[in-house]
Formats: sequence, C-alpha cells, structure tokens
Amino acid sequence: MEKLKLHYDVDGEDFTSAGEASTDVKRVLRRLGFDSDTMRRVAICMYEGEINLVIHGGGGVADVEVDENEIVIVLVDHGPGIPDVEQAMQEGWSTASQTVRELGFGAGMGLPNMKRYSDEIAIESTVGEGTTVTMKIRPAG
Amino acid sequence: MTVKQLAETLGLEVLSMGDEPDREITGGYVGDLLSWVMGRAKSGDCWMTIMSNVNVAAVAELADVACVILAEGVEPDEPLAKKFDTIAAAVFRSPMGSHELAWRVHDAAGV
Repeated sequence: MEKLKLHYDVDGEDFTSAGEASTDVKRVLRRLGFDSDTMRRVAICMYEGEINLVIHGGGGVADVEVDENEIVIVLVDHGPGIPDVEQAMQEGWSTASQTVRELGFGAGMGLPNMKRYSDEIAIESTVGEGTTVTMKIRPAG
Repeated sequence: MTVKQLAETLGLEVLSMGDEPDREITGGYVGDLLSWVMGRAKSGDCWMTIMSNVNVAAVAELADVACVILAEGVEPDEPLAKKFDTIAAAVFRSPMGSHELAWRVHDAAGV
C-alpha cells in the first residue's frame, strides 16, 4: 500500500463539526480494509485529539499518514501549551471550562485515552507557543 | 436481540433506526462523560445517556455502538437531531432513567 496522507483543519470552539475529521479517517480506514479494532483505536485517538484542538488549542491541524503497518496522527495547535505534561496525562486532570464540562467533556480522559489506545505517543509542548501530539497506531498481527 | 427488537420490546421512541436495525446488541454501557464513553464503551453496545448535544453522534459513530438510548426523555438539540441520519447507530428515546433502562436492557437482551 502506498502511504496515504490526509490533512484536516480543525476549527477552535466549534463543537458542531468536532468529530468530522475523525469520522472521515475511520471511513478511509474501513475502505482500505483495516480491522475493526484498529479502526476503533485510531478513531478514539483522533477524536480525543480533535476535541483537544477545539477545547484547548483554539483550533489547529491534524495530519494523518496511513500505510498497512502503521497509522501516524500528528496534531498541531498554537494554543496556550501544557505547563506540566505529566500531570495532564493523569486520568481525571482537566483544565476544561464549566461550559465544556456541561457538553460532556473535561473529564480528564482525553490524553489518557490517547495513550491507552495508541502504541506510541509523544507530546511536545511549549507554554505560550502550542502543542504537537504525535500518535502511532499499529494494526495487530 | 437486535436493535429493532429492543426498541419494540421496551417501547422506545424511535428517533432513527440507523443503518442496521437487525444488528445484534452485544453489550450495554451507561455514561454521560463523552471521553469516558469513548474509551470504555464497546462495539455493539447499547449506550444509555442523558447527553443530548451534537457530540453524542460522533461518539456513537466512532465507538461503533449498536444503538443509543436518550434517557429521562431528554430532547436532542437541533445539531444532534440533524446528525441522526448520518450515523450508523440507531437512536431511541425513553422517559425511563438510565438505571431502569439498564436493568430492562439487561433483562430483554441478556447483556
């Protein structure tokens, strides 16, 4: 399989379209014949990342590279950055606003879910400049 | 038990029958925190929630649940209602609370 590259612009504060990029990625993976577990893991990682771009990043971009051995998701925002990445990775830790919590987010499960369902995750963040999250998901077998 | 049979057995209001009315329900999940549901609900689950905003559609689609039941008679907001036709999962509504629904789904579908 030739490497397939997908690019998405994610609007900040736009919850109405949140999930569209993730849904599109899942659709592409299904068309390429990936197994349901891989599709699900990619969908969870991508959706959590997309939501983070909306909630925290003020929007950003998502780039996805797909080949048969690996799916690589790179999310880039120019938001406030994460002062303490280790703390942000803990389940239950959240800086989301009350409004965001009322929508059902802000449970502090975003980054932990991304770590749990990816094979590799790397977070580079600089306060005041933004955050880049890279996730790699490899199909089982 | 299939999605359609569940709706009939429990007398659920059908907001959308989804793409697969004959899909088998293989489990159940109750939750309103969407990231929690996203990470824990399983493919084929019947998901019961009081959340009624547009993100319910994305979570249902991406987590690949068989159906969603909006509990306590919550009214889906307009952006969510518009999404029903675009997701594979069926969407139902019931005046019952999540606890009673979970008990009844367990009883009816054996999950």
